Amino acid sequence: MAGLAAAFGSGAMTNPIEDLEKTNVIMIVGSNTTENHPVLSSYIKRAVTFKDTKLIVFDPRKIDITRFATHWLRPVLGTDVAFINGMMNVIIKENLYAKDYVQSRTVGFEELKKKVEKYTPEYVEEISGIPKDQLIDAARLYGQAPAASIVYAMGITQHTTGTDNVKSLANLAMLCGNMGITGGGVNPLRGQNNVQGACDMGGLPNVYTGYQKVGDPAVRERMAKAWGVEKLPEKPGLTVTDMMERAHEGKMKALYIIGENPMVSDPNLGHVKKSMENLDFLVVQDIFLTETALIADVVLPAASFAEKKGTFTNTERKVQMVRKALDPPGQAKEDWEIIADLSRRMGYPMEYANSRAIMNEINEVTPSYRGITYDRLETKGLPWPCPATDHPGTPCLHVGKFTCGLGVFHAIDYIPPAEVPDDEYPLYLTTGRVLYHFHTGTMTMKSQGLNELAPECFVEISQQDAASYNLHEGSNLKISSRRGTIEAKAMISEKAVDGTVFIPFHYAKAAANTLTNAALDPIARIPEYKVCAIRLEKAQPVSIQE
Amino acid sequence: MNSQNIIVIDGQEFTFNQDDTILQVAERNGIFIPTLCYLKGTSPTGACRVCLVEVEGARNLVASCATPAASDMVVRTDTERVIKARKLNIELLLASGQHNCLAQDMDMDSWTDFQLRAMETNEHKELCPAHGDCRLQDLAIRYQVNTNRFLPTETKYSIENVNPFIIRDFSRCILCGRCVQACNEVQVNNAISYGYRGSTLKIVAKADLALKDSDCVFCGECIQACPVGALIPKQDLLKERSVSKTKKVHTTCSYCGVGCQIYLHVRDNKVVKVTGVNDIAPNFGSLCVKGRFGYDFVNDKKRLKTPLIKENGTFREASWDEALDLVADKLKRIKDESGPDAIQVLTSARTTNEENYIAQKFARAVIGTNNIDHCARL
Repeated sequence: MAGLAAAFGSGAMTNPIEDLEKTNVIMIVGSNTTENHPVLSSYIKRAVTFKDTKLIVFDPRKIDITRFATHWLRPVLGTDVAFINGMMNVIIKENLYAKDYVQSRTVGFEELKKKVEKYTPEYVEEISGIPKDQLIDAARLYGQAPAASIVYAMGITQHTTGTDNVKSLANLAMLCGNMGITGGGVNPLRGQNNVQGACDMGGLPNVYTGYQKVGDPAVRERMAKAWGVEKLPEKPGLTVTDMMERAHEGKMKALYIIGENPMVSDPNLGHVKKSMENLDFLVVQDIFLTETALIADVVLPAASFAEKKGTFTNTERKVQMVRKALDPPGQAKEDWEIIADLSRRMGYPMEYANSRAIMNEINEVTPSYRGITYDRLETKGLPWPCPATDHPGTPCLHVGKFTCGLGVFHAIDYIPPAEVPDDEYPLYLTTGRVLYHFHTGTMTMKSQGLNELAPECFVEISQQDAASYNLHEGSNLKISSRRGTIEAKAMISEKAVDGTVFIPFHYAKAAANTLTNAALDPIARIPEYKVCAIRLEKAQPVSIQE
Repeated sequence: MNSQNIIVIDGQEFTFNQDDTILQVAERNGIFIPTLCYLKGTSPTGACRVCLVEVEGARNLVASCATPAASDMVVRTDTERVIKARKLNIELLLASGQHNCLAQDMDMDSWTDFQLRAMETNEHKELCPAHGDCRLQDLAIRYQVNTNRFLPTETKYSIENVNPFIIRDFSRCILCGRCVQACNEVQVNNAISYGYRGSTLKIVAKADLALKDSDCVFCGECIQACPVGALIPKQDLLKERSVSKTKKVHTTCSYCGVGCQIYLHVRDNKVVKVTGVNDIAPNFGSLCVKGRFGYDFVNDKKRLKTPLIKENGTFREASWDEALDLVADKLKRIKDESGPDAIQVLTSARTTNEENYIAQKFARAVIGTNNIDHCARL
């Protein structure tokens, strides 16, 4: 989200989901939309099928949504900046860009223009493997559309150049005047129910609620007053990825984890395990005894979403009601109750009658959430910013003016991924989810039916690669990277491109993140889950005695 | 007002927009016309002939779902002729399959044969799973339709239940096509269509394959669209059914970031079913396989029920007082000895806004560190 914030002043999906059925062109980059956001993908499929919307998909894998694509382009992993620069090269050269818009609403165009000059379709073909004519066609389609929407997800952000990738998409959208209009925008799809809300609420090391910076003395003073404390820390804290390093060095002493499972979800799991073992004290608050909870000193039982009242903020910034349907099992409590109780025991009383009282406080300290009250949410969701109780909310950002005033172009060069195949590790690995499971499987793997449809880990591999390794469907494979080894079965699929395998990261027993590279994007501190180098060997079939 | 765009329904004048059907104008103005095959947001098929109305000057009754409103059109929705036609169509639909819920008014001989035959198959031992939640049943009761005039039609196709989620009972399918519309025009999964012809007409997946071997992704849109008991969530048959004891709670799905609006159907403090909330953004009733069928975790027996403290490498149960005092003491000691920045809180993209707010307030105001993050990066 750092990329969007740098370009527009606000890091979130810019347009509402419904806009996907009100646009001329949709461009999907790094989103396996039908499997990860199935209901949203039906908006796209309807637009293409019934409304003459054209769809451009960039993805190395032949993911399902490519069946609906007018243009499907198949780049080499991690070459996003190159092909986006290439599109802008064509659009500028052919004079398809929005000159008035660029002049009146943005800064930095000349630098951008100079930078993308060298990214000719021929040069981009060398880097990305996308045939130059295909890139030109896609660029013309996007550049000529009255309104075009860009949709992306982790396939863009989970790279060492994730922030660069996002800024490049922002460049492209601004260049064609697609910001602040119906059917336009740059739209990151959030992978978990309340990622947006966790960010909005200040669950980040550098900001309070509503992205108010901890480094700003005025904000800090206001928050200290609201919370009744003398002072608040000035220095931004550590991200989860940096925290792991600190723990590895033995400098982080205690970790309090609420509803997360880093022992499956984090990259380079061997390293994570060592880091966690270095802690003096680990508390895990969750609904199940997860892989992470197992190594904790204290485990606290939490209520699930069905057992609590509150709000989630969805991917389009819309705050929606969560209502209690059941009582939690045993002594399990709502997460806020547990923290409030603990806080009292540490000498800071947090007295809230219920979640509504907490929302009242959020309203007070958060300008963008000020008008989002339970009474209003009873009837329908509200997208922030919503600065007053008579404000209707803001479905589309940056109309007429960017949050930061003028939109900022960033001239960016292509940098290859941190790890690329070599003689020792000759194949690319990319990771992701499958339709039938969610994240680390803590929830979905409790459903027998979902397990029946997606029972175990697999290595998706192309026909040609399978032939060259002499593999059959279901062959047992040993997959190794510089960081570790797992075993899984081969799934020969037309989805896979030669030279790249895909492994879902859900399965703890064959955790793909044992292999992944923890190399980080320097700004967003997101690991490069989407690219690393691996090698394959046939594994011995598991013997019956075992 | 443009007098061109005025239609008269049951003696009242209404304006209409271009492309409005008679049914849409009536619904908007609170005039009831029964429907069965009509699925909002999709192109009308006119298959069931239940929404028939009389249009002045037209020789035949017309399907209001498929007939565009026109200027100076005069429509009657409740004449004797209309009611009679609707009754006949409902009667024929009931006789088209094994709709045993209304068998009471058949004459005794055929009733017995019918019941025996219906109960031969395993899934038919009980009353139809859609009983009490069936549009056809509702309409039969509303129009007081007798079922003794036509014998129920033989079942041509056997039940399909070789997948974890959806039971397809063709003996109860009225071929209204709502599932086909839902699959092709709402979710656009294009997994099912009409197959065969005439009296062998059937809803098929690909070349009449089982769902699990087709393009079906088990989103269950077809189940939610089915007005009868032909498409049933498998879980419904495994559990004791009682519509009356079940309550529905409107909430937000907890999987991906789309934020679909769902009903949790709850009985005896257990989630027994999930359905999409119709007519509300962002999903307008649609769900995916995880949202609709992946709710078992809520009532899973492995849920944590009590605080746990690790001693000598194994966990033992503890009270809240003991566990929280221990956590408070440890955190206070570490803060005193190594400073607040030696402590990190990871909050969660799974919990509510209110809980995330409390977590970051705890890190900042209570512990005194900005070391707070969550898994947005992961």
